[in-house]
Amino acid sequence: MNTTLSWLKAYVPDLDVTAQEFTDAMTLSGTKVEGYQAADRDLSNIVIGQINQIERHPDADKLIICQVNIGGGKTVQIVTGAPNVKVGDKIPVVLDGGRVAGTHDGKMTEGGIEIKKGKLRGIESNGMMCSIEELGSSRDMYPEAPEYGIYIFPEDAEVGADAIAALGLDDVNFEFEITSNRVDCFSAIGIAREAAATFRKEFHPPVVTPTGNSEQASDYVKVTIEDEELCPRYCARIVKNVHIAPSPKWMQRRLAAAGIRPINNIVDITNYVMEEYGQPMHAYDYDQLVGHEIVVRRAAKGEKFVTLDGQERTMDENVVMICDGEKAVGIGGIMGGENSMITDNVKTMLFEAACFDGTNIRLSSKRIGLRTDASAKFEKGLDPNNAQAAIDRACQLVEELGAGEVVGGMVDVYSRKKEPVRIPFEPEKINALLGTDISEEEMLGYFKLVDLEYDTAAREVIAPTFRHDLFRTADLAEEVARFYGYDNIPTTLPSGEATAGKLPFHMRVREVAEDIAEFCGFSQGMMYSFESPKVFDKLRLPEDSPLRTAVKISNPLGEDFSIMRTTSINGMLTSLGFNYNHRNKNVRLYELGNIYLPKALPLTELPEERMQFTLGMYGDGDFYTMKGVVEEFLDKLGVSGHSTYTPDTKPYLHPGRQAQISCGDVAVGYLGEVHPLVADTYGIGEKAYVAVLDMDALTPLATFDRKYTGIARYPAVSRDISMVVPKTILAGQIEAMINQRGGKILEDCQLFDVYEGVQIKPGFKSMAYSVVFRAKDRTLEESDITAAMKKIWNGLESMGIEIRS
Amino acid sequence: MKDKLQAIKDEALAQIEKAVDLDRLNDVRVSFLGKKGQLTSVLKSMKEVAPEERPAFGQLVNEARAQIERVLEETKGKLEQQALEHRLKEEVIDVTLPAKKNNVGHRHPNTIAREEVERIFIGMGYEVVEGPEVEYDLYNFEKLNIPANHPAKDEQDTFYVTKDIVLRTQTSPVQARIMEQGKLPIRVIAPGRVFRSDEVDATHSPSFHQIEGLVVDKNITFADLKGTLEQFAKELFGENTKTKFRPHHFPFTEPSAEMDVSCFKCGGKGCRFCKGEGWIEILGCGMVHPHVFEMCGIDPEVYTGFAFGVGLERIALLKYEIDDMRLLYENDARFLKQF
Repeated sequence: MNTTLSWLKAYVPDLDVTAQEFTDAMTLSGTKVEGYQAADRDLSNIVIGQINQIERHPDADKLIICQVNIGGGKTVQIVTGAPNVKVGDKIPVVLDGGRVAGTHDGKMTEGGIEIKKGKLRGIESNGMMCSIEELGSSRDMYPEAPEYGIYIFPEDAEVGADAIAALGLDDVNFEFEITSNRVDCFSAIGIAREAAATFRKEFHPPVVTPTGNSEQASDYVKVTIEDEELCPRYCARIVKNVHIAPSPKWMQRRLAAAGIRPINNIVDITNYVMEEYGQPMHAYDYDQLVGHEIVVRRAAKGEKFVTLDGQERTMDENVVMICDGEKAVGIGGIMGGENSMITDNVKTMLFEAACFDGTNIRLSSKRIGLRTDASAKFEKGLDPNNAQAAIDRACQLVEELGAGEVVGGMVDVYSRKKEPVRIPFEPEKINALLGTDISEEEMLGYFKLVDLEYDTAAREVIAPTFRHDLFRTADLAEEVARFYGYDNIPTTLPSGEATAGKLPFHMRVREVAEDIAEFCGFSQGMMYSFESPKVFDKLRLPEDSPLRTAVKISNPLGEDFSIMRTTSINGMLTSLGFNYNHRNKNVRLYELGNIYLPKALPLTELPEERMQFTLGMYGDGDFYTMKGVVEEFLDKLGVSGHSTYTPDTKPYLHPGRQAQISCGDVAVGYLGEVHPLVADTYGIGEKAYVAVLDMDALTPLATFDRKYTGIARYPAVSRDISMVVPKTILAGQIEAMINQRGGKILEDCQLFDVYEGVQIKPGFKSMAYSVVFRAKDRTLEESDITAAMKKIWNGLESMGIEIRS
Repeated sequence: MKDKLQAIKDEALAQIEKAVDLDRLNDVRVSFLGKKGQLTSVLKSMKEVAPEERPAFGQLVNEARAQIERVLEETKGKLEQQALEHRLKEEVIDVTLPAKKNNVGHRHPNTIAREEVERIFIGMGYEVVEGPEVEYDLYNFEKLNIPANHPAKDEQDTFYVTKDIVLRTQTSPVQARIMEQGKLPIRVIAPGRVFRSDEVDATHSPSFHQIEGLVVDKNITFADLKGTLEQFAKELFGENTKTKFRPHHFPFTEPSAEMDVSCFKCGGKGCRFCKGEGWIEILGCGMVHPHVFEMCGIDPEVYTGFAFGVGLERIALLKYEIDDMRLLYENDARFLKQF
């Protein structure tokens, strides 16, 4: 919403503030000013001059020498190349040392351009005559300006006067951010009311005087509303003997400042009233309305209609059509039709000020694909009581501008009148909510500022119907707060029962994951929750993989963001690929983020969200490096004691280098080397490793409780076991056997050598373990060790392992 | 014999004095005091001394030995000291050579910001809670006073899964879920991921993060809201931070406000960072709307409360002066290692 300071001053004459003061105060009282532009910010020392004499430049064909009267008995000599000036013209003249905003081709210069006296081809020139573009404006704002050349003032302009003021360029255009609850502020009057209240100045809305001749509009037109839900009110007035002409400059400038292109007096009046009152209007050529009637009905499904921009559009049954006795003549609240639009030949016309259901307009305009200034206003839900004031104002302007003869009376179909809301006035509750001690009188004073009436007897505040946001005490509290000043409300801390701040257990587990990953050199990444369904093929998932069952977004940004991920692998591999592509070496990343597993499709209940701790790396390190990170993490969670690794078959991992990770009998994740084909797909040109831990599975197993066990006082005894092992037997199985057979005195067993090669028979590998025994309560005897070792040997031999020592 | 003894002693002391290092000194010790040493051999030749002279001679030998040993020890101490000094001199290193680093990883800037906000509120007695990212329309909109067809639904550019299930557009649905549980008083913050259908560019992302805050108790006031958020701002941005509350509109709070903080770059004078305004918009907040209370089963006549929502990316981008939001999701190691 844009409005100029001069327009606001028309309703708040005593408003005497700088643009910055206005911005600050309005923002603090709830009408946020996004920014402002002073039209004259780069202009100075520009007056109205009159050309007394023109001579040709002796040395340049295209230049002329002008003697310009600048008032006060002073004349200056100016050399110009402008083609359009003649003796007697009144023109804007920037004097020596003054500034203009830009050049005549419309290019603006930040801070303006200083004009200095000088010589043009040897002839002294003491200033410059200005085009409208040099003054920082355009022909959109000043249609009377010539396309090329110097701006020429009307004959009655006063020589020597300030040209900036004469052009109305001493103005500021404010841009407001209006929140959706303040529909009334999408209008110059609405903002002016807030400005008057904010600065405690008097508010003078336009005085709409009765208009019209002795005829009655109801003799001209009949109006029927078929659907009052979608169109609660329709006001129509008639203007005859229409005289189409340009609208006055003040109106054109205000429209242009609001971003609306001036067209002619009638169209400009409808747009002006829309900006002034916030009520969109439309004008129809009365003679094109068959049967001289208006019917408001729903469109037929598939109905075609040509709007006044010449485009054919297709309707559906929820779109409101304005029709005459035979055909549609406009899309209600959105755009009029080409068949009834105002042309230069219009004789009699019908003004429409109607009210439409905001939601329906918003949805209709979306479906048709046509959003207009009018629909943007209607979709916010307008006050039907505003329609009459607006249409009367339009007729008043018609009379004032001599644009036609207004017919008396108004046809008004409005069966269910909107009544003001009455809210009990409970000042103590308002103070209790705000934490303030504001007197009743003061509160009532604030209400009065914005036209809220007070019924003393009923102790009720009456909210005018243009305020859509006032229903209960909390709403009144906001009115009080914003005029008392949010800044003046004290600052306190909540009293009452103390509460213990805490981070829940599962989030503490996440912090441990972050810490461990970082200690191990992994940096935290952040991945998208949605991805492309193509991911499944990239990961070589079989057609029947349950991971292909994903939550689909019905209105995604594109296929690449269309499903909620069921695995965190794609995000990790994408990021590793990005880094590889950017030649980053030795990259280690981790992520904590959800996957989304639907219980059934289509979704009837929320999908299961499982937090995944995903690690990925390439460069230094191998499978066992990644396994080490997993172990460190499981250690910190107190679950590594019963964690196991079993070979796994995920299609995106190397078939011989991947393991499922379990704690007891709970599967908690997996790790492995990325399948070379998959690595290639993601553009990772070297071996990459990933690990995924399901935090929702791990958290219930995790514990931060620890019990101290005494530091051993008796010596340990170490023995090595060297063996030849069939390749099919995994180290994990050997360790399980050693642990099982070693008994209580077994303290530790560590693999220290693995060898596969020519010295070992085919199908076998050589492995060597160091086994440590210790008792808590005594020094072990040789016989203890021998017995334990024998049991271990027997166990290993039973697995088909050959013991060498 | 006596003369021989004297000669040996003199020779020993002379050699000790000449010994330049510990090895030489040890050689001296061995050659005089060792099993086959000269002094030892004198003792062995005792039988050549007349029996009556043997005690006196023995004593002389012992005295000579003691003297040699004493001088040996003294010299050893001196030489050891010299050797240590020499070694330390030899071992001087260039302390400016590069470190052998462990290459510890880095937290994501977003997480750093979130954990900082969490720490501040945990210190003020808030519990951290979470809610689902794929959420019912009921919680994301309806119970927050945003009924069907409310324009706010469009404004927030919602991703829909079904008619009733959306990707949450805000962390505010957690408010409704917590209030429904009915455990009062409430002091929680709810960090999490939210989604809106904005195309990816330097300032927009279809997924980002918020932290929601909710306090519900008897006698909670707008003044409490101001006080709490002012303290939060001071802890997050520094003790000299000033706050400004501006009226605003959110469907689920009334009165509502936006909070600006004085620019932490220029201190409020106005700079390029705050676009010359001196203030930076940080969060939205307000008193919980009585209708929201009613829909969540809390009596608005008894309880009041306040809620606020902070954009995490906004804080992370501002604090770390990151100029492009896309960097947050690219996971470029050169970016991440700066935090």
